[in-house]
Amino acid sequence: METYTFLREFADSWMLLLLFIIFVGVWFWVIRPGSSKIHSEAANMIFRNDERPAPKEEAKK
Amino acid sequence: MNTGTLNYAKLVGLGLVTLFAMIAASYARDLAYQLHMIIFMLVAGGLFLVTLRNTDEPAKPIPMDEYFDSVVRAGVIATAFWGVVGFLVGVVIAFQLAFPVLNFEWAEGYANFGRLRPLHTSAVIFAFGGNALIASSFFIVQRTSAARLWGGNLGWFVFWGYQLFIVLAATGYLLGGTQSKEYAEPEWYVDLWLTIVWLAFLATFLGTIIRRKEPHIYVANWFLLAFIVTVAMLHVVNNISIPVSIWGSKSVQVFSGVQDAMVQWWYGHNAVGFFLTAGFLGMMYYFVPKQAERPVFSYKLSIIHFWALIFLYIWAGPHHLHYTALPDWASTLGMVFSIVLWMPSWGGMINGLMTLQGAWDKLRTDPVLRMMVTSLAFYGMSTFEGPMMSIRAVNSLSHYTDWTIGHVHSGALGWNGLITFGALYYLVPVLWKRERLYSLSLVSWHFWLATIGIVLYAASMWVTGIMEGLMWREVDANGFLVNSFADTVSAKFPMYVVRGLGGVLFLGGALIMCYNLWMTVKAAPAKAPLGTAVPAE
Repeated sequence: METYTFLREFADSWMLLLLFIIFVGVWFWVIRPGSSKIHSEAANMIFRNDERPAPKEEAKK
Repeated sequence: MNTGTLNYAKLVGLGLVTLFAMIAASYARDLAYQLHMIIFMLVAGGLFLVTLRNTDEPAKPIPMDEYFDSVVRAGVIATAFWGVVGFLVGVVIAFQLAFPVLNFEWAEGYANFGRLRPLHTSAVIFAFGGNALIASSFFIVQRTSAARLWGGNLGWFVFWGYQLFIVLAATGYLLGGTQSKEYAEPEWYVDLWLTIVWLAFLATFLGTIIRRKEPHIYVANWFLLAFIVTVAMLHVVNNISIPVSIWGSKSVQVFSGVQDAMVQWWYGHNAVGFFLTAGFLGMMYYFVPKQAERPVFSYKLSIIHFWALIFLYIWAGPHHLHYTALPDWASTLGMVFSIVLWMPSWGGMINGLMTLQGAWDKLRTDPVLRMMVTSLAFYGMSTFEGPMMSIRAVNSLSHYTDWTIGHVHSGALGWNGLITFGALYYLVPVLWKRERLYSLSLVSWHFWLATIGIVLYAASMWVTGIMEGLMWREVDANGFLVNSFADTVSAKFPMYVVRGLGGVLFLGGALIMCYNLWMTVKAAPAKAPLGTAVPAE
C-alpha cells in the first residue's frame, strides 16, 4: 500500500477513534467526583500571590 | 559554568556574529539582506562592547523573592507603541485603496500599497499582538505559579530578540525581502532568528511552570502554553525553505503547488487559532476574572473549552482553499471542523461573559470591564461569522471579497484589540504601582471611539464585500458577465472611505489610551507602600 493511502486510512479510522476517546475521556475527567473542590481552588488561585512569589516554606503540596 | 566563563563564551559568540555580519553585508546580493546584516553587525558589536565592559564585574544577584516585572513593563510600552504604528499604517493603506494617488510616485517600490500591506498585518498581529502576548504571558505565569520567571535575564533576551525580529521583518517588507507567504513573509534568516527567540520564550515559560509553588496549573497557562508550542511548530514547518545563497535574502520553498498552499493555510489558519485565539484566551481567562474580581464562571467548562479548541482548530485550515486544486475531501474536512469549532468558541465566550454573573452592575462604573466584555462579544460574533463563511456555498460568494477583510477586522480589532486594551489598562496601574488609572472618562472615550470605529469598518466591508461578490457573479441572459473588475472597484469607493474613517476612529482611541497610560504613570497617585520595603525602580 502506498504511504499516502495507508496514512489516510489510518487517520480516518484508528487515529480518529483514539482522539475521540481521549476527548470524551477529558469530559469524564473533568466531571469526576471530587473535582469541584479542586476546580474552585484553582479558579481562585489568581487572587493569591499578587505582589511577590510565594516563600519557600509553602513549597508544592 | 560561572558567569565569568559564560561571559567569555558570549564574547566569542558575539565577536564571530559581528565578523560574519560584516562579511555578509559586503557580499550582500540585495538591499534588504545588506541592511539586515548591518543591523546584525551593530547589535552584536554593541552587545560585545557591553559584555566586555561588564566582564569580571561582580554580577548583580537576582532577587528571587520578587517578580520579574521590568520586562513586563517594557512589553506594555512596546505593545502600545507597535499598536499605534500598526494602526497608523492600516489607516494609510485604507486611504491608499480609496485614493490611489496616495501611492506616491517618489515612494514607489517602498511605500506603495503592496509593500505597506504586509507591514500593517505583521505590525498589528506580531508586533502589537505578539508583544501583548509575551508581556501578559510573563505576567500571568509568574502570578499563577507564585514564582519568579525562570532563566535569570532570559526574559530580556526574549523581549529584545522579539523586537529585533519585528524590525527585521518590517524593514525587509519595505525593501522587498519577502517570501510571499501570508502572515509568514519574513525570509529565511529572520525565520531562524525568530525560532531561537521563540524557543527561549518557551524555555522561560515552561521553566516557570515547572518551579511553580501552586499545585495546579491555572487554565490561562494551558492556553498560553498551547499558543507557544503550536506557533513554534507552525512556524518551523511553514518556513522550510532553502536559501538561494547564504549572502542573499531570497529562498525557495521546499513544498510546491497545492501542498505548499495547504501547508501555508494550515499555518495561516492556526496562526489565527493559536496566536490570535488561544493566546488571547489565555489573557482573557486571567484579566477578565481579575478585573471583575470574581473567579471564572466555570472552571470545568474552561478545561473542556481548552481541549475542544485544541482538538478542533488544527483541522480548520483547508477552508481557505475551497474551489482550488486541493481535493474536495480535504476542503470538506476543513469546513466541517470549522463549523464544529463554533461550539468551543461560544463555550469560551459564555464562560467569559458569565464570569460577570452577580457583578453586571460593574459594567456601569468600570469602562475597562466594559471593554473586555465587548471584546468577548466581538469574539462571539466573529467566531459565528467565520464558520458560516467556511461553508463552501457561502465561501463561493465571500471568498476574495472585502467580506473576508471585514471578518478578520471584527475579530482582530474587536476581540484581540479590545481585550489587549483592557489588559493594558489593568496592567499599567499594577506594574507601576499606581492606585488607579489617570482618567476613567478617557477610557470611556477610547471605548466608544474604538467600538464605533469597528462598527463602521465591519459594516462597510459587509456591504462592499457582498456587493462585490454579487457583481462578480452577475451574468446577463446570454451568459456573459455583466460587470468588469473595474466596475466593482469604482462601486466600492464610498465604502472604502467609510472604512478609512473607522480606522481613524480606532487609531484615535489608541492615541487617547497612550496619553492616559502615560499620565497614569506620571500623575496618578502612587499606591500606599506595602508592609515590607519595596525596592526603588
